[in-house]
Amino acid sequence: MVDDKRKSNLPPLTLHIPEPKFRPGDVVDYSDLDIPQAGAQARPDINTAPKDMRDMVDDMIRVLDDDHKAVGPWDPKLDDEILLKMLRTMVQVRTFDDRLHRQQRQGKTSFYMKCTGEEATSVAAAMALDADDMCFPSYRQQGILFVRGYPMIEMVNQIFSNKADKLKGRQLPIMYSSSELNFFTVSGNLTTQYPQAVGWAMASASKGDNRIAAAWCGEGSTAEGDFHAAMTFAAVYNAPVIMNVVNNQWAISSFSGFAGAERATFAARGAGYGIAALRVDGNDPLAVYAATSWAAERARTNHGPTLIEHFTYRAEAHSTSDDPTAYRSAQEREEWPLGDPIMRLKRHLIHRGVWSAEQQEQLDAECLEAVKDAVQEAAKNGILGHGLHQPFETMFQDVFEEMPWHLKEQAEQANKEREIKWPS
Amino acid sequence: MAVMNMIEAINSGLETMMQRDENVVIMGEDVGYFGGVFRATAGLQEKFGKTRCFDTPISECGIIGAAVGMCAYGLRPVPEIQFADYIYPGMDQLISEAARLRYRSAAEFTAPMTVRSPVGGGIFGGQTHSQSPEAMFTHVSGLKTVIPSTPYDAKGLLIASIEDNDPVLFLEPKRIYNGPFTGYYDNPVSPWSKFPEAEVPEDHYTVPLGKAKIVREGDAVTVLAYGTMVHVAKAVVEEHGINAEVIDLRTLVPVDIETIEQSVKKTGRCLILHEATRTSGFGAELSALVQERCFYHLEAPIERVTGFDTPYPHSLEWAYFPGPVRIGEALEKIVGDLKS
Repeated sequence: MVDDKRKSNLPPLTLHIPEPKFRPGDVVDYSDLDIPQAGAQARPDINTAPKDMRDMVDDMIRVLDDDHKAVGPWDPKLDDEILLKMLRTMVQVRTFDDRLHRQQRQGKTSFYMKCTGEEATSVAAAMALDADDMCFPSYRQQGILFVRGYPMIEMVNQIFSNKADKLKGRQLPIMYSSSELNFFTVSGNLTTQYPQAVGWAMASASKGDNRIAAAWCGEGSTAEGDFHAAMTFAAVYNAPVIMNVVNNQWAISSFSGFAGAERATFAARGAGYGIAALRVDGNDPLAVYAATSWAAERARTNHGPTLIEHFTYRAEAHSTSDDPTAYRSAQEREEWPLGDPIMRLKRHLIHRGVWSAEQQEQLDAECLEAVKDAVQEAAKNGILGHGLHQPFETMFQDVFEEMPWHLKEQAEQANKEREIKWPS
Repeated sequence: MAVMNMIEAINSGLETMMQRDENVVIMGEDVGYFGGVFRATAGLQEKFGKTRCFDTPISECGIIGAAVGMCAYGLRPVPEIQFADYIYPGMDQLISEAARLRYRSAAEFTAPMTVRSPVGGGIFGGQTHSQSPEAMFTHVSGLKTVIPSTPYDAKGLLIASIEDNDPVLFLEPKRIYNGPFTGYYDNPVSPWSKFPEAEVPEDHYTVPLGKAKIVREGDAVTVLAYGTMVHVAKAVVEEHGINAEVIDLRTLVPVDIETIEQSVKKTGRCLILHEATRTSGFGAELSALVQERCFYHLEAPIERVTGFDTPYPHSLEWAYFPGPVRIGEALEKIVGDLKS
C-alpha cells in the first residue's frame, strides 16, 4: 500500500465482481425487467441512419401481445401457411432436441445441446432470409437446418458419428455443416464465425451479388475479440450482413453480467460502431421474423449491416455436460416474463382461428414419430462407441487436399495398430 | 526475364495471379493506396481496383477471419500481416478455422488462402518486428509453411501457394528483401541485381511446394537452412573451406524429407540453422527426423545453431543473430575429426 497523505481521506478501491440476481433456491422476481408493451415500437425505414434509430437499442421489438394478437408496425402480417410452417418447424426442433438429448443419456453419443426456449431466434430468423443467404451459426442454431429442409437422419448420423455421418465422425455432435444449404460448418471456438460472415458478405458485395450473410453468437461470446473485429469490419465496409446476438442470459454458469449486461444492452454495442441495431423479444417469433426481414432488406439494398439482440432465455442446461441447478434458480425459467416461443405462436394461431389444441396434440405426436423414425434409421448406421464406423484413412484425409508423406506414414501406423487392437 | 529484388518478385507474383484469377484479392494494413510498408503490393490497387486490393482495419483476427469467410464464398484471398510479430491476434482464425476447415467439414468448406508476412531480424526492428515464429505454425495440422530465400523462388513459391487449395503461411525474410545477407553485418550489402537468382520471369511459373533445393553440393556435412540463413550458411562454409552440402528447405510443412535423408546419408553429418529461438524450434523437428532416419549413417552428433531463447533484442541484435561465429564453431565441431 502506498502511504500518501494526499489520498488519506479517500476510501479504498473496490473491485466489482458481477453477481446474478438469483441463485439456486432464490425466489425469482422479474419486476425490475423492463418489458415494453407489444406493438409500441416504431418501425424505422430500412434506410434510416444508425444515429437516427439509437433509441431502438434500449427498447424491445414485440409483436405478440398478452391477448395473443399480432399488433403494431412490426407485425410482419404473415399468411397462415407461413405461420403454421413456423410453428411446425419449431415443434419439430424441440421434439428433436428432447429425443436426441435422451439418446445421449442412453449412451448413444457423447454430447448434445438443446435450444429449448430459443427456437424462434433461429427458425423465425432463417424463415425471413432467402434460402441462398449464407448462415454462419453458432452451436444452438439447429433451427436453420430444419427451416432449410436438412434431413433429420443426416443430423442424427452426425450426432451418432456413425458410418453415414457426412463429417466422417470428426466433429463433436451437433457441429453440423451443409454447404448445399448455405449453412457454414459450426466451430467449437466461439464467435469465430462473426468475422467470417462479414468476410463472406464483403465477398458477395465485391462481386455484385445479391446474397447476404447472417451470423449468430451468444451474448457471452460478444466479449471475444472476434465480435469486435467483425463489428469494425462490417461497419468499415458497409457489409451486407446480419449479426444476431442470442442473449439467453447464461453462458454456462456465467450470467450476462460477465459480458457487460449490467451496463448496456447488447444491441447498444451497435451504436459505438455506427451500425444499425435492433433489440427484439426473442421469444416472439413474429418479432424475430420482422426484425430479420428489416435487416435483410436493409442489407440487400446496400444499406449495410444490422446487429440484432434477441432477448431470450436458455430454458435448459448449456449442454449435456452441464447442470444449471448448481448455479441458478429453477424459478427463472418458470417466471420468465417473455414466455415460450412455441406456446406464444400456438396461442396466436388458435386466436386467429386456424389452429386448435387438438391439432397441436396431433402435431406433437407427428413430430415425435418423425424423430423416432430418424433415430431408428440412423442407429442402423451405428452409434458412437460401438464399433469402428470409419476406415482409419479418413482420420488422415482432408487435413490437406493431398496427403503428404508424414500423414501417409502415420496412416500406415494407425492401420497397423488397428489390426492389433481390433483384430478382424 | 527481368531483374528483380525479392519485393519486386513478390509484387510480380501477386500481379500475375490477380491477372489470371479474378478471385484473388489482397487485403491488409496499408496494402492498398500506399502499397504496403515494404512496398510488396505497390501499384496493385491502381491496376486492379479497390475491391481487389484494399486496406483493412488494424485487426489481424478480422483480416484472417474475413479471409476465411471470403474463401467460403469462393474467393482466393492473399491477406498480408504487416509483420509476423503481429500475427498472434489472428492465431485462432488461422489455426482453429482456416487450417481446420477442410477437415471439420469433410471438404465441404476449404480455405485456399495465402497469408503473407515478413519475418526475421537484422533490420533493428526490436522484439516486435524481428521474430521468426514459423515453428508455432509448423506445429499446426492443416497449414503449410513456406519461406523463400531468393527472388526467383519467392515468386514461384508465392504463385504455387496461391494456387494451392490449402491455407499457406508465406513467410518472407525481410532482411533479404533487397539483397542476400551473409551474416557479416558490417560488410556492405550487395543488391539482388548482382546475383543470378534475381533473374525472374515476368510471366506465370511455379516453384513446387514441399520441394527443397540443394544450393551448394558437398560431401562433408549437410547444412539444413531456410530463408536468410541459407545465405549465411553458404558464406560461412566458404569462409571455413568446408565442402558442405547446403539445403534450402523452402517449404517447412510438408518438408522435403527425401532430399534431407539422401544428403545426410551421403555426408553423415548434419548442421541445422534457424534464426528463430532454439527451444521447440523447427530445428528440433529436423533434428529428430534426421536422427530417426539417418542414425546409422551419422558420424557426429547433429548440431543446431539458432537464435537465443530470449526476445529479439534491439541494441544487441548482432549478439543475438546466429551468425558466422556461432555457425563456424558448430561446423568445426561437426567436421573436426575430418580435418585432424
